[in-house]
Amino acid sequence: MEPLVLSDFLTLGAGLFCISVAGIFLNRKNLIILLMCIELMLLAVNMNFIAFSHFNGDIQGQVFVFFILTVAAAESAIGLAILVVLFRNRQTINVEDLNSMKG
Amino acid sequence: MTTTLIFYFFAATLIFAAFRVITVRNPVHAALFLVLTFFSSAAIWLLLQAEFLAIALVLVYVGAVMVLFLFVVMMLDINFAPLREGFAKHLPVGLTVGFLILIEMVMVVTHWKGLANPSTVVTTEMSNTKMLGQVLYTVYAYPFEIAAAILLVAMIAAIALTSRLHNRAKYQKPEQQVVVRREDRIRLISMPAEPKD
Repeated sequence: MEPLVLSDFLTLGAGLFCISVAGIFLNRKNLIILLMCIELMLLAVNMNFIAFSHFNGDIQGQVFVFFILTVAAAESAIGLAILVVLFRNRQTINVEDLNSMKG
Repeated sequence: MTTTLIFYFFAATLIFAAFRVITVRNPVHAALFLVLTFFSSAAIWLLLQAEFLAIALVLVYVGAVMVLFLFVVMMLDINFAPLREGFAKHLPVGLTVGFLILIEMVMVVTHWKGLANPSTVVTTEMSNTKMLGQVLYTVYAYPFEIAAAILLVAMIAAIALTSRLHNRAKYQKPEQQVVVRREDRIRLISMPAEPKD
């Protein structure tokens, strides 16, 4: 077995990203699963940042991962709050039912 | 070589858990598989010597965000059966798009000469947390403060969106104040006068 190289980690990140893209296609009615897929996507991006940071010997990639984690936590908190308010008002989280702004 | 084996084990766990997140029927199970995904990727980040971020991922995501997801899923009384409609219909196009993106990305990252031989890994005596902190509080001080402001705004927004304080607060109702009559407020009763001492 050869030692790990950069492309191993990049391939793993690419696989994770593709799974989350496919998940957005498959679960396009369930808002909760859509939020989870966005979290998976951000995780794949973070994986690439950390892999590059490690193999280039540059700490700045990890700083960016830090900021991405911050923004992702804020995004999921607000997203779930909006979800709760939406369910309280409409009694549904089905994306198909949220068409009141459709022309 | 042990590192390679560990990497493949955690990578397989990661891909399996991520796949289960998007295919599982119950969103509670999806959230639990998402916990497994984050945990496996934290282990892989440890292999990449990003100790601080790996622990932060476990603490922040597994500890806080995923609990928030589980809390919302369990608190809302949602009928999940209609939300699964269209899963089989969108399965071919979803798998096709995902597979194509995967093939393209793998072709790029495995055949790009700039990536094939990365520069030598720099190992320093300093710990990962110390290095991160030295950069974060000097070069990235202003972005760090902006991140703090973002978190504050997110907290205020989440509380303001979901609070029900306005239902309990006391308001004036002008229409009821206008139509009030004397009989609603004053009641005259007759009682014997008190004797003088």
